[in-house]
Amino acid sequence: MKALWIGAAGLMGLALLPVQAQKSSADAIAEYRKMLEDGNPADLFEAKGEALWKQKRGPKNASLESCDLGKGPGVVKGAFVELPRHFVDTKKVQDLESRLVTCMSTLQGLNADEIAKTPFGRGEQENVTALATYVAAASRGLRFNLPQAHAEERRMYEIGKRVFYFRGGPYDFSCASCHGEDGKRIRLQDLPNLNKNPGDGIGFAAWPAYRVSNGQMWGMQLRLNDCYRQQRFPYPGFGSEATIAVSTYMGVNAKGAESIAPSIKR
Amino acid sequence: MAADPMRIRAQAQGDKAVVRVLMSHEMETGQRKDSAGKTIPAWFIQEVTAAHNGKTVLNAEWGPAVSKNPFLQFTIKGAKAGDKITVNWVDNRGEKRSDEATVT
Amino acid sequence: MQTLHPMKILVVVTMVLALAGCTSLPSSAELDQQTVVAMKASFRDQGIAKVDRLNQDLGQRACSSPVAPGDDVVKRIESESMATIKWPTGGRYLGDWREGEKLAQNGRGMTWTDASAAPKDNGANCYNCHQIDKKEISFGTIGPSLWNYGKLRGVSDVTDAAAAPIVQYTWGKLWNSKAYAACSNMPRFGHMGLLSEDQLRDVMALLLDPKSPVNQ
Repeated sequence: MKALWIGAAGLMGLALLPVQAQKSSADAIAEYRKMLEDGNPADLFEAKGEALWKQKRGPKNASLESCDLGKGPGVVKGAFVELPRHFVDTKKVQDLESRLVTCMSTLQGLNADEIAKTPFGRGEQENVTALATYVAAASRGLRFNLPQAHAEERRMYEIGKRVFYFRGGPYDFSCASCHGEDGKRIRLQDLPNLNKNPGDGIGFAAWPAYRVSNGQMWGMQLRLNDCYRQQRFPYPGFGSEATIAVSTYMGVNAKGAESIAPSIKR
Repeated sequence: MAADPMRIRAQAQGDKAVVRVLMSHEMETGQRKDSAGKTIPAWFIQEVTAAHNGKTVLNAEWGPAVSKNPFLQFTIKGAKAGDKITVNWVDNRGEKRSDEATVT
Repeated sequence: MQTLHPMKILVVVTMVLALAGCTSLPSSAELDQQTVVAMKASFRDQGIAKVDRLNQDLGQRACSSPVAPGDDVVKRIESESMATIKWPTGGRYLGDWREGEKLAQNGRGMTWTDASAAPKDNGANCYNCHQIDKKEISFGTIGPSLWNYGKLRGVSDVTDAAAAPIVQYTWGKLWNSKAYAACSNMPRFGHMGLLSEDQLRDVMALLLDPKSPVNQ
């Protein structure tokens, strides 16, 4: 199975070499996706997330079924493609994962700070990932449409743009170093230009995703975390302002892009 | 059963049914070493069986070559909507999982 | 004529100010400041990657924008960067291209999962962004192709005085890329202590040695 997926990933990589005509690259991607439509282990995380959403847990012995993800308490469908957004109760712009932690804390009595400090893939962070996968799946096929009506949403967009261009560390990298231009790649990995809508199911529209190479389910927080690691930056806090701002920047830029999350990646 | 449930979908297609199964399992090969240099013990599904309305239709012996969270797809002749499909697995630790689905 | 009650005026003025606050963004300079504050508050030390990595030098700060800095700032960054270049001891520019290829293939080093920041534990990361030896098909396109680098520049003997400008430019570019392009995407391998003199000599050889596969 792994060999098939790695083979398919290789096929996609070669298909996307610039020497190919635009049309055949698009065909190759569509073919690759068809091959992987079934058997995305993200489904397992989606199922787990759905169970967690409905399960009474924590000191308050409550479910998450009245959690407000931005479209009203308990409304899951359509919420993913409007995040990050401003929330009146917390008075800040939140992304999916930090909003889930807010609900786990206020509705279930779990400790938000503890969850934020827990490494990815462990303890409650595993549950946050599964819940994020479930919520994202409920918006599959919908198009990104983040709100920018609130001043704080617009401010976070502007902060996000500056975060995106912030150069630092021993390599002088910013997000823009890799994701600031069309048609670039690292080795054979295509890099979407995240200053604009990179297309359906690409970039912001592809995460959470199951990564075959390490058998892990990654939400956007972990995706950003690993980006910063490779940028040679210090460690971004879970749900920190920089990560939410840059997610807002990418999400607003992706307006109109179709979400394929949770997807499958090499 | 301690392991996470399988996801089974069974679709009737004419005189057959296509069954797709996603299993949640680490499928540890026993070749990897942890950061301390110790070998991570092998832990993988060894036997898979599938039944259609109680009758065994598939028997598989797996090994460490099958990857984590395995995906299995097979076709059953003569299965129709409403029929019951059961999938079982047993791993090298003796842990088991059994899940069922109805053909739609 | 009815005079407006002072309270009414106060209420109206406050509402106008409040509305203005609600709908207008902070100024660009304020947003820049808020970003620096947000960055510092959002990151923590992990392994060898410390938060002081977010302290920007002139070039990093000036190039943190989709808009290029003004000519005077560009000139200053480039001249200051040029002044940092340490030329190789003994005037020996080239090492072993075989080691250079290994360094070019190696993308490790300087992340929080790397145990040390010592040059000997770092790769040069070249293939992530560049094509170098044509035999390697897994190359990036963030930087230009370096295939036939020395050959295309007419370098047949690196000790020849005619080759000196190219040899020196190449060393300088590897040591501090910003000396030649203020906002270059390329890391400063010498200036930031990423690679040692000998490692740089090996990369130089990969690019300039007439016997290197890159120049066949």
